[in-house]
Amino acid sequence: MKFTCLSKGGGFHFPPCHMLNVCGFRILLECPLDLSSLAIFSPVPVGLEVHEPLDSESVARKKQKIEKTLDANDLVRAEPWYKTVKNLHLWDPSFIDVVLISSPMGMLGLPFLTLSKDFSAKIYVTEATARIGQLMMEDLVSMHMELKQFYGPGDASFPRWMKWEDLEILPSELKKIALGKYCEELGAWMPLYSAVDVKDCMKKVQTLKYAEEACYNGTLIIRPFSSGLEIGTCNWTISGPKRNVAYISSSIFVSTHAMDFDFLGLRGNDLMIYSDFSSLDTTENMENDDTCFDPVTYTSSNVSDDVNNLEEIAASLLKDDESREEMEKLAFLCTCAFDSVKAGGSVLVPIDRLGIVLCLLEEISLLLESSSLKVPIYIISSVAEELLAFTNIIPEWLCKHRQEKLFSGEPLFAHVKLIKEGKIHLFPAVHSIELLTNWQEPCIVFCPHWSLRLGPVVHLLRYWCLDPNSLLILESGVDANLALLPFKPMEMKVLQCSFLSGMSLQKVQPLLKTLQPKLLLFPKELRCKIQISEANTIFRYSENETLRIPTSKESTEIDIATDLASKLRWKPLKKETITRLDGELVMDQGKHRLLSGFRPADSKQQRLLLHWGSPDLKGLLTELSKMGITGTVKKVSDEAEPENAAGIIDIVGPEKALIDVRETGTVIIAANDNLASHIFKAIDIVLDGI
Amino acid sequence: MAIDCLVLGAGQEVGKSCVVVSINGKRIMFDCGMHMGYTDSRRYPDFSLISKTGDFDNALTCVIVTHFHLDHIGALPYFTEVCGYKGPIYMTYPTKALAPLMLEDYRKNMDRRGEGEQFTAEHIAECMKKVIPVDLKQTVQVDKDLQIRAYYAGHVIGAAMFYAKVGDAAMVYTGDYNMTPDRHLGAAQIDRLQLDLLITESTYATTIRDSRYGREREFLKAVHNCVAAGGKVLIPTFALGRAQELCILLEDYWERMNLKIPIYFSAGLTIQANMYYKMLINWTSQKIKETYATRNAFDFKNGTNLAEIMINGFHQFTYFLDPAIAKFLLLRIRNFDRSMINAPGPCVLFATPGMIVGGFSLEVFMQWAPSENNLVTLPGYCVAGTIGHKLMSGKPTKIDLDKDTQIDVRCQIHQLSFSPHTDAKGIMDLVKFLSPKHAILVHGEKPKMATLKERIQSELGIQCYCPANNETVTIPSTHYVKADASDTFIRSCLNPNFKFSTCSSVDKSYLDSNGSKAISRLSVSDDRVSEGILVVGKGKKAKVIHQDELLNTFGEKKHEIQFAYCFPMHMNRTENIPSASDLLCSLDRCTLISRLSTILSNELSEGNILDLGEQLQVESFRASVCLSDNCPHRLSGSFQNNSESVFFCCCWAVADEKLAWKIISIMKGSTLQTT
Repeated sequence: MKFTCLSKGGGFHFPPCHMLNVCGFRILLECPLDLSSLAIFSPVPVGLEVHEPLDSESVARKKQKIEKTLDANDLVRAEPWYKTVKNLHLWDPSFIDVVLISSPMGMLGLPFLTLSKDFSAKIYVTEATARIGQLMMEDLVSMHMELKQFYGPGDASFPRWMKWEDLEILPSELKKIALGKYCEELGAWMPLYSAVDVKDCMKKVQTLKYAEEACYNGTLIIRPFSSGLEIGTCNWTISGPKRNVAYISSSIFVSTHAMDFDFLGLRGNDLMIYSDFSSLDTTENMENDDTCFDPVTYTSSNVSDDVNNLEEIAASLLKDDESREEMEKLAFLCTCAFDSVKAGGSVLVPIDRLGIVLCLLEEISLLLESSSLKVPIYIISSVAEELLAFTNIIPEWLCKHRQEKLFSGEPLFAHVKLIKEGKIHLFPAVHSIELLTNWQEPCIVFCPHWSLRLGPVVHLLRYWCLDPNSLLILESGVDANLALLPFKPMEMKVLQCSFLSGMSLQKVQPLLKTLQPKLLLFPKELRCKIQISEANTIFRYSENETLRIPTSKESTEIDIATDLASKLRWKPLKKETITRLDGELVMDQGKHRLLSGFRPADSKQQRLLLHWGSPDLKGLLTELSKMGITGTVKKVSDEAEPENAAGIIDIVGPEKALIDVRETGTVIIAANDNLASHIFKAIDIVLDGI
Repeated sequence: MAIDCLVLGAGQEVGKSCVVVSINGKRIMFDCGMHMGYTDSRRYPDFSLISKTGDFDNALTCVIVTHFHLDHIGALPYFTEVCGYKGPIYMTYPTKALAPLMLEDYRKNMDRRGEGEQFTAEHIAECMKKVIPVDLKQTVQVDKDLQIRAYYAGHVIGAAMFYAKVGDAAMVYTGDYNMTPDRHLGAAQIDRLQLDLLITESTYATTIRDSRYGREREFLKAVHNCVAAGGKVLIPTFALGRAQELCILLEDYWERMNLKIPIYFSAGLTIQANMYYKMLINWTSQKIKETYATRNAFDFKNGTNLAEIMINGFHQFTYFLDPAIAKFLLLRIRNFDRSMINAPGPCVLFATPGMIVGGFSLEVFMQWAPSENNLVTLPGYCVAGTIGHKLMSGKPTKIDLDKDTQIDVRCQIHQLSFSPHTDAKGIMDLVKFLSPKHAILVHGEKPKMATLKERIQSELGIQCYCPANNETVTIPSTHYVKADASDTFIRSCLNPNFKFSTCSSVDKSYLDSNGSKAISRLSVSDDRVSEGILVVGKGKKAKVIHQDELLNTFGEKKHEIQFAYCFPMHMNRTENIPSASDLLCSLDRCTLISRLSTILSNELSEGNILDLGEQLQVESFRASVCLSDNCPHRLSGSFQNNSESVFFCCCWAVADEKLAWKIISIMKGSTLQTT
């Protein structure tokens, strides 16, 4: 088995991406887009002054500017391109057999892959992820169209900003995003796919239900288990005849809205790929404070006999207060938003995390309801209506208490009722007539896109950025300085909030204890943050480095049907009993099975035969005489040991024949087929063979 | 290993479906239904057969319920709350959501029938708390060994067939299913599985239905004729299920024919049903799912109005398909209360419960039955013991409700001939598709089941049973012998290793006329598997190795057995060459071999003849010209060396024994021509 980490990603919106080679199949794990790199582009309505031509003078001026602080004019003014996983284009898409997508975010780059000519891999995605991912891609395409209209049809094949002379003059901060640390990432930029490409891509996707088994090529059994991160997100188990792999993407044990992290479903796998880099983002600042976690040692002791203990650990994983903390965070955001609207300022929430948005909608409207304040909530997105409608028909992917709502006949999310009551308004775009006629300030607006470069947020931010009463709520992880650059000077209040987007490192230990993998693949970057004792084999991986993982199982298990086994003719040997196999070997559900086949009867005589040892001449004569064949030992080459050594047996009756016995072989010389086959039978009895 | 199948209900009857299957040490109860035809203890399955002591938690691994119909779930609250079963219960999301409505409706009806409560509303709530919902195709690991999975069954929303697997043994319990899609649900879907046992319903064991369209028209015509003549139509239905389908049908027809006759609803359904169906749209048919884009088909623009009407009125029947139907309901559906039963004028009324078990539908039936103008439509199947069943069997003019009450029946009876159950063809198709080793029929009528059983056994060659209630059927289960296979063996099996050989077969038809004529056929053999050797040692796990590895494993040396024979072949020389033995140059030898090859290819119908210059090869058989007088393969004294013959030394392996002797006899019988 081989494993290569293509990218460790960056935060919630850009999950890690890996290539796995298992049982001879190449599996791509995730296919995301790095949308944070959109920051180098200028959002359209900002800085409307004509783009000055790049004469030598301005080039020189700009080169000097590098030392200065960044300003809005430094941003690339062109139709944006999109950055895919930097190392993925080094792999030939036609050699990929399977693609596994764990989250809608991990799907955004998929049309690029399905567009390539010889791509023929099977793509597995959970039903909910596929739907939400599709809507996100469609939204991205429609937001991009707006920019495209502004820039007009350009030379799509090679935009000007990608020329070296233009790249050279980019400020270092932007250059690093455009080219990467070692200037190797320019090849990752792609012009966006079209709506048709998205549709074609979705046709190639195989959707799976919760924990549905998919069998690839009869060999690999692939199953998704919820990861708790978002609605429809999952972790995967991949089992083949020689390897059981559990792949853990960013997971949340107890979610506020999505189905909890189903870690018990991942039990019984001998290899675990840990790919939750979320703690990397959250603990980055803590590195400096020297606050290290207690080095908990992980020993794969035999906990299995201690079932109670195991259950306790499992329970402790689930009981924790992460979700409570998360709810408190949301409550805090709501009060901030409430204060803002009370003071007459509007609130802009460009957060593209479905679960967070759904929870915020409920919380804020509860808060507004309890006060006498009548403030409208607007959701502006081309797919808002579909997305919100969809969340209400997938009880199978929601957390326990949302499911309870199904069973008591209430809507799964409160937004259904709120929309009906006219408290939440949905609009497809900022310029839609309904919005213009309904518009009322102060208001609370949810809209994409979190990069602040695309979508309705650009217009609204420009509209409110000078209003000190208004509030902008951003996700942390977004480089606020760079993101807000085109909107400076900002009078608007900005609140940056981090949301839970994976498991905390403290929980890795108990998780490992519960799952007990024999082998663990763990990111090198997290090494200093956690100590895992070497009791079980740990492979630490880092970006773009291929790890070869030795096989854990010596041999493959094979199932032999009982009816076939009972028909096998056994041959006893000194220690063992052996038999030649028969029937048909089939690969079914990742298992080798030997079933009785339909072989023609005449093929039996064509059996292969294998003999070993050396025949005892005396014994052979006895056997022959039993068949009525008489003969004498004519010549013995070794006089000392006449019984076992080589020699020639002269057959005299019923007909003449010779048996030439040597150390490694025997030759039967006879003129008659009947006699020859009798002699053969006698030798077969004397010799060991099969 | 064996699978024991104890039928507690729905054995040779319809009602109280309940089958307990023991499979490799696990014990699963499929369905826990009640019988609508009985009011005494016979209405529940005899749970004492599962455990004498009443310790059901240890006796059962889990309970699986296929759908929310009462004959499949009716006894569940009784079993969990009164009998005390506390183990896991599995059902699909829609079943879990809708079952409480059905149970509650039934419980209230029982009150009205004055039978006393078997379980309370709290019992239902407590019972449903224990239910673990599952998604379609979700593979649930109940415990270490038991795996279950639900498949779409069509029948009603959320209905599922369940697959269960323990070790190597696997089975499917279908519950009720429909193999043809109806107006709102899709057809049953299942994977091709390897099964030891299939337990299938057989409600329509002998019925073959033609197109649905014609049957539907029949129903509409009957209703239309009745209302046109000023009669009243009573459609007794259960709260949830197929009644919804009839509503859609009528709506369509009313719209098309521009009828103004009122349709009334009186149902024990709650307003919430609307909400349920909106959330469960994923479980309806593909067609409805596809039409869902931004608006849920169960969402109505006039929803608030509709809701108000439904709250104010008491027709709480809210299972619709599209806004058009919602509109229809707003326009045409009226409140209905008891005072309207005898109001003049035609009308159509949906009333619960179905099969006229009691309650409101019975009340209305008693009033309407004596008039010839009126019509009662009944579903395709009514449980024995109900009034519906009595009406369907023969043409009764009087029905005794109890000692004192007798109903005059003069109204028309229409029996619906379409149903959410599969017909006989569908059952046969499913059994054939799954090809289980054994099949058990439940949920049907005894004589019809016997016919179907015969068909399954004779047409499909599958052992089939239809046990009665409380009988146990035992069938053997699949078991695999586990062995470890070496990499070499697996690898050699991965590469195709076809051997092509021509083999002769004698066509018997030619034997009489022109003697035998050999026909050569190309046969393909693949010896990959038979190159494997299974080795079993004491106290060691069985191991499969490749034959090449065998000798290494035992530390033995290969001993090859060959056949050899050196004999003279007659030769006809035209040129005078002094002596055959000493002057044959290599060129001559090649000529001889090629001559021989020509002879063989003419005479021999099988084998692949290769002319290798100085040697001739057919499979493992090799022949070459032998010049040595004391060739060890020559049997001394049997031949005289003369110039008219040339010796060929032949050797071959045992595999080609027959072929070799055939070649030798050909060689001996022919003459080599040399020029």
